[in-house]
Amino acid sequence: MKKEKQSKNLILPNNDLPENERHLFCDARPQPSKILGKYVENFLNWARANSLWILGFGTGCGAIELRPLMTSRYDMFRYGIAARPTPRQSTVFIIGGYASVKTLKRIVKSYEQMQDPKFVLALGSCTINGGMYWDSYNTINRIDHYIPVDVYITGCMPRPESLIAGLDELKKRIMEGKTLGANQYAENFDWYKANQKKIIKDWNMPDFNW
Amino acid sequence: MINTDRSKYPKKIDGKPEIDLDSGKYLKIWQGPQHPGVTGNMALELTICGDEVVECKTHVGYLHRGFEKLMEQRKFIQNFPIVCRICVPEPDTNEYLYATAIEELGGIKVPERALWIRTLNLELSRLGSFLMQVGGQAGAFGMGTVTQWSITHRDYILDLFEEMTGGRVYHMYMLPGGVRAPLPEGFEDRVEAVLKKTEKILSDIEKVLLNNAVFKGRAMGLGIITPDMVDKYGVVGPNARAAGLKRDVRIDTPYEKYGELDLKYITGTKSDAYERTLVRFQEMFQSISIIRQIMKKMPEKGPFYVKTPNVLYWKIPAGETYKKAEATRGEYGYYVVTDGSDKPRRVCVRGPSYTHAIALLQDLIVNVDIADVPGLMTSLHTCPPEIER
Amino acid sequence: MKTLIDELKKKYELKKFTQQNEFTCFVTVSKKHAVPFITHLRDVENFTHLSLVTAVDRIEEDLFQITYILHNYQLKMDLGVRVFINRNEPVMESIHHLWKQAATYQRELKEMFGIDFPGSPGVDESLFLEGWDNIPPMRRDFDTRKYVSETYFPRKGRKTHDPATYMRNKLYPTENSQ
Repeated sequence: MKKEKQSKNLILPNNDLPENERHLFCDARPQPSKILGKYVENFLNWARANSLWILGFGTGCGAIELRPLMTSRYDMFRYGIAARPTPRQSTVFIIGGYASVKTLKRIVKSYEQMQDPKFVLALGSCTINGGMYWDSYNTINRIDHYIPVDVYITGCMPRPESLIAGLDELKKRIMEGKTLGANQYAENFDWYKANQKKIIKDWNMPDFNW
Repeated sequence: MINTDRSKYPKKIDGKPEIDLDSGKYLKIWQGPQHPGVTGNMALELTICGDEVVECKTHVGYLHRGFEKLMEQRKFIQNFPIVCRICVPEPDTNEYLYATAIEELGGIKVPERALWIRTLNLELSRLGSFLMQVGGQAGAFGMGTVTQWSITHRDYILDLFEEMTGGRVYHMYMLPGGVRAPLPEGFEDRVEAVLKKTEKILSDIEKVLLNNAVFKGRAMGLGIITPDMVDKYGVVGPNARAAGLKRDVRIDTPYEKYGELDLKYITGTKSDAYERTLVRFQEMFQSISIIRQIMKKMPEKGPFYVKTPNVLYWKIPAGETYKKAEATRGEYGYYVVTDGSDKPRRVCVRGPSYTHAIALLQDLIVNVDIADVPGLMTSLHTCPPEIER
Repeated sequence: MKTLIDELKKKYELKKFTQQNEFTCFVTVSKKHAVPFITHLRDVENFTHLSLVTAVDRIEEDLFQITYILHNYQLKMDLGVRVFINRNEPVMESIHHLWKQAATYQRELKEMFGIDFPGSPGVDESLFLEGWDNIPPMRRDFDTRKYVSETYFPRKGRKTHDPATYMRNKLYPTENSQ
């Protein structure tokens, strides 16, 4: 019964695009990826944890403490972490601080363009409950109502050493197999999409930006 | 600059090519917010023809937090922790301007030693921000070594700040009435050690960057600002000084202890990307000498803070004022209006990138190769958070 | 500076001159003389640099105050020009032909306060906000805390700690019941 219901809703409406362009964009739902057998999955998790590539998108204040991470004082390349310019080639999305409404639309677009498995690291106290901009008309309060988050790093701004500690925690969780953010996003797609559309009123993208 | 054969390109009328998007000769692309070639989180919508940019439109607003509305709902003392987050690489100018505007409207006089400590704070912050800009400028042209050097040495300055104020990036140190804490023991020796390290790395960067054939070939003639453009667009800071004009807020209208220090105008002959880098280099050397003068002239003892009225019930009489300071990018201004209650009525922040990134960049970027656009943006030193607060 | 203002007082009907500190002064001018006065300052008196154009919402008197801050590089002085316009019909003449950055300032004022500058290039395009359908946010009658608690999803557990009530409860505990 559940499978029948799902197969009916596999095509997305894409109502906000003009009629003559709808065939150019993706209209399939995101599917949760399969989890393979125990030993294969352990090996794959080890490989993923030791080659985290972060997306080069400085969304807010957090970008200022990402630059020292790339220099030799707090070297992050020795952990296998490199910065990539395109979402198709990156695994980790670091959200640095507050997100305004205009940036949230681009965060959603970039997040949906990344390939499975993908992880999200939220930096600073503005992502947890709004921080010091809690009563601002243009910043959102809780980022985990819009995209799934794996690790939070507190501070304002957190030192590069706490960033490395947070990345270490992320690696531990990947090895234990607990970071299934992409599957969670695919399963609760309607709830996330409803929250996003409530905030982003100027939606001129397809419903799922693959 | 590469010489292109323009015979196949569209004709120009009054210097501007007629743009017909349907003809297939033009392409509209976004150098968007998620891009390693923009300084921060802003977007450029470019129309290109072949390899050259024909038209540009700047989009800002990705970092808008509504600071001015937030500041109207908090008391005077609750505002000073959030003010420093308006400009991310150089937060001290904001703290100083807010504190001095409130002091002027509230009639508070700051003691001597606090003025000297504030000047030291401002100059150290300017040095750190210049180092970051030089790193970004070299990185935009592909020379990544200079970026690694300069950001590491900015870290040593951030260590000094952490000792003095408790935080690396956001200090929250200058409040209305003085500064928050005295300088720690033995601070002068550590400052001198950091300055020696900075001088050595600056001479290394000079050999690698300023005498480099690739940098000279790409940066000379890029984004020229003529002296009559300066007042038409409102250009300030090293961008205007490199065009030959002698304008510096620290010397024209001195504030804090700049009136007692030895400063000079640093000017260039022609404002293109290469000369602007030269001007910023010499400003860094001047900052180092200013810091040494401050450490010599500062009085040994004295109060660092004067008592303000009870912060919960502090009401300031109605008035308005405009205070200016010389930040790394130019003239930074705060316009504060009070109305007799315990919250400010209106605080308006004027960042220098407001004019550089929108009106000036859209006119300078015409006929620039698309590979040189990040270099042009960093040479104007645009920083998005202070445009949209 | 005061002599300069006294010379121009008759011609442009200037009022209420305040010398704020040694480098800054403010003067009020009426709406119909504002742009000729600013043009005279720029062309004749050498106030060639426009620092800021901003607005203050004086909701009690039903007015908007627009402030232009100009700078003179020879005298090294700032002059703030105040113009008061009616809050119910906020329209003001544009100065985009004098300085190029004025167009951006006027675009921001239209979006944040609702003051219209007809003729300014691109004044209707939104600068900072995207998809905004409420009243202009910087006006005093826009309540941000109510808007935030309805639109965004605030996390539970945030209490307001007003320092005044805390001190009052601490110093005079018998007067307040919990």
